[in-house]
Amino acid sequence: MAPRKSSGAAARKPAAAKKSGLAGGITDFDKADEIKAYGEMLMIRRFEEKAGQLYGMGFIGGFCHLYIGQEAVVVGMQMALKDGDQVITGYRDHGHMLACGMEARGVMAELTGRRSGYSHGKGGSMHMFSKEKNFYGGHGIVGGQVSLGTGLAFANKYRGNDNVSLAYFGDGAANQGQVYESFNMAALWKLPVVYIIENNRYAMGTSTARSSAQSNFSLRGNSFGIPGHQVDGMDVRAVHAAAVEAVAHCRSGKGPIILEMLTYRYRGHSMSDPAKYRSKDEVQKMRSEHDPIEQVKARILELKHASEDDLKAIDKKVRDVVADAADFAQADKEPDASELYTDILL
Amino acid sequence: MPIDILMPALSPTMEEGTLSKWLKKEGDKVASGDVLAEIETDKATMEVEAIDEGVLGKIVVPAGTENVKVNAVIAVILEEGESASDIGSSKPAAEAAQKPEAEAPKEKKSDAAAPVPAAPKAPVANEAASDPSIPEGTEMVPTTVREALRDAMAEEMRADDKVFVMGEEVAEYQGAYKITQGLLAEFGARRVVDTPITEHGFAGLGVGAAMAGLRPIVEFMTFNFAMQAIDQIINSAAKTLYMSGGQMGAPIVFRGPNGAAARVGAQHSQCYASWYSAIPGLKVVMPYSAADAKGLLKAAIRDPNPVIFLENEILYGQTFDVPKMDDFVLPIGKARIHKTGKDATIVSFGIGMTYAIKAIEELSKMGIDVELIDLRTIRPMDLPTVIESVKKTGRLVTVEEGYPQNSVGTEIATRVMQQAFDYLDAPIITIAGKDVPMPYAANLEKLALPNVGEVIDAVKAVTYTA
Ligand SMILES: Cc1ncc(C[n+]2csc(CCOP(=O)(O)OP(=O)(O)O)c2C)c(N)n1
Ligand SMILES: [Mg+2]
Repeated sequence: MAPRKSSGAAARKPAAAKKSGLAGGITDFDKADEIKAYGEMLMIRRFEEKAGQLYGMGFIGGFCHLYIGQEAVVVGMQMALKDGDQVITGYRDHGHMLACGMEARGVMAELTGRRSGYSHGKGGSMHMFSKEKNFYGGHGIVGGQVSLGTGLAFANKYRGNDNVSLAYFGDGAANQGQVYESFNMAALWKLPVVYIIENNRYAMGTSTARSSAQSNFSLRGNSFGIPGHQVDGMDVRAVHAAAVEAVAHCRSGKGPIILEMLTYRYRGHSMSDPAKYRSKDEVQKMRSEHDPIEQVKARILELKHASEDDLKAIDKKVRDVVADAADFAQADKEPDASELYTDILL
Repeated sequence: MPIDILMPALSPTMEEGTLSKWLKKEGDKVASGDVLAEIETDKATMEVEAIDEGVLGKIVVPAGTENVKVNAVIAVILEEGESASDIGSSKPAAEAAQKPEAEAPKEKKSDAAAPVPAAPKAPVANEAASDPSIPEGTEMVPTTVREALRDAMAEEMRADDKVFVMGEEVAEYQGAYKITQGLLAEFGARRVVDTPITEHGFAGLGVGAAMAGLRPIVEFMTFNFAMQAIDQIINSAAKTLYMSGGQMGAPIVFRGPNGAAARVGAQHSQCYASWYSAIPGLKVVMPYSAADAKGLLKAAIRDPNPVIFLENEILYGQTFDVPKMDDFVLPIGKARIHKTGKDATIVSFGIGMTYAIKAIEELSKMGIDVELIDLRTIRPMDLPTVIESVKKTGRLVTVEEGYPQNSVGTEIATRVMQQAFDYLDAPIITIAGKDVPMPYAANLEKLALPNVGEVIDAVKAVTYTA
């Protein structure tokens, strides 16, 4: 394959906030916000690294899609939500679950297919849910969650509450027909749903340039009158700023909104992807120049919100939680054989 | 404590691989994310990344080693302040914890990702006897199902410019399961077309192109995703010939892996054999061996009708003899007698054959002589071959992985009951997957699928053997 034009492998600065109705911009994080964002993103990173390791050892089977590189998206979005807001996504879902406050132990035990997993071992990496945390899955069919997320918004409107649903999907999923059927209904009925397109530039081995006639995904709602905005998804403050405005837009009854998060996955699509469709330089450049965690870390140190040692202590705490989750998930029992026939019908 | 680097599993079905190259040498510093080594499977070359920081203390498995088992220690990383003399005090990380009970699915999943030579050669008896089109003395070439499918497409594409292949990742990526490997290089982007993830759209587009006289092969990454497209398959592809009073139809092949793979969960593990076989206007093919995969795919591409061609990921890496012939085409709609026998008949197809073959070996040791029929085509179904066999044995067991209600087996049972009732000496037993969505947990997945023991018990039951 010819080396792709480095298609701005450097910072993809979001296109100006044209036609978006959103101001764009960056939230001025205070010390507490920065530390919180740092800890939560680090938790997702370390969790995913451990999951990759357990997959390699045969403790996790099937498909396992890691979220490494994209952590700022879910963490920034979640910081703008309130109780009762719902989240739904596809199969690259571990980060979303942790950001929603689901327990590392329960998520990891689901990955190993054990009885204390969120789905009692019956769902696996791609299919986990938590009613308590308003996390609605965990879906394996590309694009399917977009209609479901629209339905969550419909329920909010129907009940007359002011909750908002977040429907996350990928750049590849953005080409599925039901996405546009959903857009139309959401705009028509002014449903409070934030469509978050996690544009990590690739759908498996296909770059957005090879799959999409219009690869500025923030414009995909134009013909329905849905405002959209491109966001630097590697900067948790930019994500947060967009999230605050988008959520307010939905809560105030103005209908759906699209946020295109410009982000990047460092690992292969799933564990078995040799990732020959992009150069190592491209990956390396994103890691070294735009890493969402390093950005926060640099600011924390520069502004003296915390010392190196303080951050090391956070890192240690995170590693301990992840190590505990991994031990738990390996030692936990498989589901009882009788579980085969439960939960099929009520 | 020194940290062992283990040979990683890089795909749902990998058991071993070749350690082709080390990118770090002993004594090198490594940071999390650094690429340590390259590993080859038959599908891909993959990189092993470091997760921990430290110094590469020792390379245990040298570059170039083949058949390295998953979880073998390949190197040791030393943390700050440790020296090579600390090596040996570390404990294999996997040992301490409870291993999933069902390492065993491996037995069945003899695997797409294992190196080709390691793939078992499944016995195919009597094949030539059922397909007299193969001349005496024809050379047989050991071929994987994966290669056979690719060869079939390539031969038909060479013969007819109207044939093209379309689907997700079929071109530049060489196929998600590497079935279209090499086709882009030979035929170019006009005929090997990468699509966006829009199954309903490109299935419909394919049907339209077929109505206009082209011969599309539409690959679904797996048939689970064809559910997005099933309206176009049934309402457009299957019915147009009838609705147009015979003026136009859709000569199109929809193909891809079908059924369970390994641990990929409820939404990715379903068999569609009985679904599509319920539809008038479709042909449904589900091969087991590489020879059948090749001969029947060529037939499907030439067929003037829409053909659903159901493959299986676990069979992709298995090797079988394929006759070396200029144009090896098999008839759609004809079963293959895999082994003749007199005491009972088993009818199976696709991956179901793997259970049946193991069962009849065991049964023959018990003195029960089973006739095994590989249906190969589900629609139109070669019922005469089944009836003929049942008239001889008087006993019938069917084996498949799909759901038990309205299965292919229940269809066969109904028709045999209607057409050969007087010949039956025992109620027919239909072995299928369990009546549940596919669970992820290793132990439950194993329970959800049929197993060899169930097939043996069924044959014993219909033959009234204790
Ligand atoms: C309907 C459907 N088609 C195909 C697939 C196989 N598949 C799984 S993920 C994927 C790529 C999706 O890419 P994108 O939407 O960009 O999300 P990302 O993986 O980058 O997070 C494909 C093709 C699927 N799961 N469902
Ligand atoms: Mg993507």
